[in-house]
Amino acid sequence: MYPDHYRYTKEHEWVSLEGAIGTVGITFHAQKELGDIVYVDLPKSGAVVEKGKPFGSVESVKAVSDIYSPVSGEIVEVNQALIQSPEKLNEDPHGAAWLVKIRLSAQAETNNLLTSSDYQAYIGE
Amino acid sequence: MLAAIGLESQDQLYAHLPKDVLLGRPLDLAPGVSEYEITAYFRELASRCAPGYASFLGAGVYAHYRPVLCDVVVSRGEFLTSYTPYQPEMAQGTLAAIFEFQTMVCQLTGMDVANASMYDGSTATPEVALMAARITKREKVLIARSVHPEYRTVLRTYSRYEGITIEEIAYDPATGQMDLADLDAKLDSDTAAVILQSPNFFGVLENWKQAAALAHGKGALLGYLFTEAVSLGIVDPPVDADIVAGELQSFAHPPSFGGPFAGIIATREKYMRQIPGRLAGQTVDSNGNRAFCLTLSTREQHIRREKATSNICTNQALIALMATVFMTVYGREGLRELAIQNLSKARYLANGLERRFSGSFFNEFVAKTGSSSPEKVNESLLENKIIGGLPLRRFYPELADCVLLCATEMIRREHMDRVHQAFQL
Repeated sequence: MYPDHYRYTKEHEWVSLEGAIGTVGITFHAQKELGDIVYVDLPKSGAVVEKGKPFGSVESVKAVSDIYSPVSGEIVEVNQALIQSPEKLNEDPHGAAWLVKIRLSAQAETNNLLTSSDYQAYIGE
Repeated sequence: MLAAIGLESQDQLYAHLPKDVLLGRPLDLAPGVSEYEITAYFRELASRCAPGYASFLGAGVYAHYRPVLCDVVVSRGEFLTSYTPYQPEMAQGTLAAIFEFQTMVCQLTGMDVANASMYDGSTATPEVALMAARITKREKVLIARSVHPEYRTVLRTYSRYEGITIEEIAYDPATGQMDLADLDAKLDSDTAAVILQSPNFFGVLENWKQAAALAHGKGALLGYLFTEAVSLGIVDPPVDADIVAGELQSFAHPPSFGGPFAGIIATREKYMRQIPGRLAGQTVDSNGNRAFCLTLSTREQHIRREKATSNICTNQALIALMATVFMTVYGREGLRELAIQNLSKARYLANGLERRFSGSFFNEFVAKTGSSSPEKVNESLLENKIIGGLPLRRFYPELADCVLLCATEMIRREHMDRVHQAFQL
């Protein structure tokens, strides 16, 4: 369920690293807790984000929740397909429903993110 | 009575108050005057002041006839005493009223979605700018100098703390419309919105179609404001705008001393998640009956706390209801007839005066006072129980010899003839 090569946050985001580029999404657990997702608000390419600071929000039928960046850097790509069909976040949160790609400015930051087993222990699974 | 509460003198009751705020002497009343006599005295005094005056003041606040039905409906306890529907499903009557209000505002403005509601037109203006900034993720807002000066002041106050830059677009000194060349020059890829008002502060209809085309060409939104809602009974609905905001004071709200008024904001469906406040919707309950609910309030303060899109939660529903009843009483045709009456009166008034701008106008226009001064003209009118137009010097120094005159359906021909005479003195 939670890929081993991803890293996770206590705010329920994941990041998958390929060189200096990190793909960011929200976890299966997060989408399950939120319920039916109806809207995703994301920044535009070029925006600078900081680890632990919100960069967007997801809205479910229950509430609007902030998305916190797991890493610092610059947004290089935004998942436009997801903005058109936000319900994909409920279907494939760890795959096709990624949110943004970030060019990391401080790669060492990723060392203190949670591993898959840490995260599963944290959410009690 | 003093003995019963353990005091010796009445002054002891006020002992905690600062000395300099106390009157220090008895009220100036004859001994033994009853409450009834005092009320009658003030009634008599009031009858010598305000009544019987005809007013040509507009400038964002309009004196229109108020159908008696409006007060009858809003005075019902179910509406009058209810607070904002935090437990919405319990408040079906309030939600139904809000739903009707939103529907009518959409019909009036040509937009898809309207909220319920804003405090007034001036505070709705920065919400247009903030919405546009959220949608476009840009930070510059262009606003026409022909927008109500006080609306622009409120916008500047909000923007100071929201990281939004405001630039003003000049007006064409001949037509009184927004200067489209100036707009074209100031529009760039950082511009979130172009905001204009139509009819504008000078009463002139703006060329919003062209402004929209220019704004959209640069990826900016067009915000359309109005202060005189009656104009929407006859002008084309601003269908090219992305956000429409304004003031429904004209719909059954007395000018009072400037409030409470009824602001609105409406937009396209694709931008509805960025609209401040909440939306009421129609649905069916578990038994299949028609019911109302709050469809979209996920971004309001009771859910989002400090991250709310806005904090408009006071019971504006009552104020909105007043406008809803007004719109119901007049209906589509009635509103059109009312607008035509206003238009005709303003035409009659303008025909005897020298207009400052050539642009088309609705029920307000700017007139030059010629060899006299605005103040002198107004003084002579006041002697005839007529309140003249607004001298523009205070807001536009370059228009120091001009007044802004408004003629609604409440104005009679004899009043207008008096104005014509006063301008010729």
